[in-house]
Amino acid sequence: MNQIPALVRVFAYLSILTVGGGMAAFPEMKVLTVEVHKWLTFPQLIHLYSVGQMAPGPNMMMIVCIGQWAAGMLGAVAVLLAFFGPTGVLAYIVARLWKRLETWPWRTSIQQGLAPVSIGLLLAGCFTMAKGAIFGVETAAIAVGVLLILMRYKVNPTLLVLGSAVIGMLAFPPK
Amino acid sequence: MSESSTKLVLQPETDRAVASAEVSIGQIFLEFLIIGASSFGGVVPYLRGSLVTKRHWIDDKEFVEMLSISQSLPGLNATNMAVVVGEKLRGWMGSVAAIVGICLPGGLLMYAVGMFYRSHGDHDFVTAGLKGVAAAAVGLILSTVVSLSKKSLSGKFDFVFMALTVIAVNRLHQSVPRTLVGVGLLAILFHRPGKKQKESATL
Repeated sequence: MNQIPALVRVFAYLSILTVGGGMAAFPEMKVLTVEVHKWLTFPQLIHLYSVGQMAPGPNMMMIVCIGQWAAGMLGAVAVLLAFFGPTGVLAYIVARLWKRLETWPWRTSIQQGLAPVSIGLLLAGCFTMAKGAIFGVETAAIAVGVLLILMRYKVNPTLLVLGSAVIGMLAFPPK
Repeated sequence: MSESSTKLVLQPETDRAVASAEVSIGQIFLEFLIIGASSFGGVVPYLRGSLVTKRHWIDDKEFVEMLSISQSLPGLNATNMAVVVGEKLRGWMGSVAAIVGICLPGGLLMYAVGMFYRSHGDHDFVTAGLKGVAAAAVGLILSTVVSLSKKSLSGKFDFVFMALTVIAVNRLHQSVPRTLVGVGLLAILFHRPGKKQKESATL
């Protein structure tokens, strides 16, 4: 069955939810891609999202994997256009209007009001993901370790994620 | 577009930013392609290093302002910045060149990763490594939450709005758009114009 219309619908919808960051759309992404359309499993979604954090560029490029799995190369392209098209057009329009909006008093209100909500959405996405990613002492220790190191020192997060892969291999050795 | 470029020429104090009329679509694409290929661990510092420090296409004040636009709109910071900066440099063609450039390297890489993961993702060794990677990603997001909170939350009511958002999504299982509209409207009304600002600029 042709999945491309469904892919476009889902990712265009997810794109407008990414207020504050890609993670804000994660709870909804889990429901739609895992439970509704069954393009992948929850562990697979978590794995792809996490590996995607190591790739350079915008941090949601893992969506091309979902598109590719569901509908091949065309699916990957469709997902990219659907996910970056609507928000791209919106950013373009706002960029053009910005000078005029500068003196609009509600602009500051919107920015200040959306800040706590967008951070809350990030945190909610994080909790959804933690339900699948944190199980037991080892994974909890890795998450807390990464958090503390990043708060204390200026380290490139990519290195920490790579290091955690090695720790994972040592902590969960193949039987 | 022509308006902003003449402005740059007319303002001697921003002479560190070159006139944007000089920047070609090809240059925009190439610069964002390089950022897209090298920005390991977060795009924003690389954007700044490239656009402000290296190329002088925009100055620091413009960069901060564009970043604040990008952050308050839906969409990823990286791609919104590409669109906004591209628009300033060369109109809509500049936006397209910038967003395609910044997405291309990571997209191709993840395409390959997806194929590899599909065929080898169930090997014990790979799964073990991925467990570590996923746990690290949780820590990474938490650190983003902490640093964003320090930067952009002011006063205890902002924490209440943040908590309400988390409860709505995780506990009450409300959809993200419903939460966004509900709590968002409440928070925007709370920060309505004319309300006395206790804290100075929070952005």
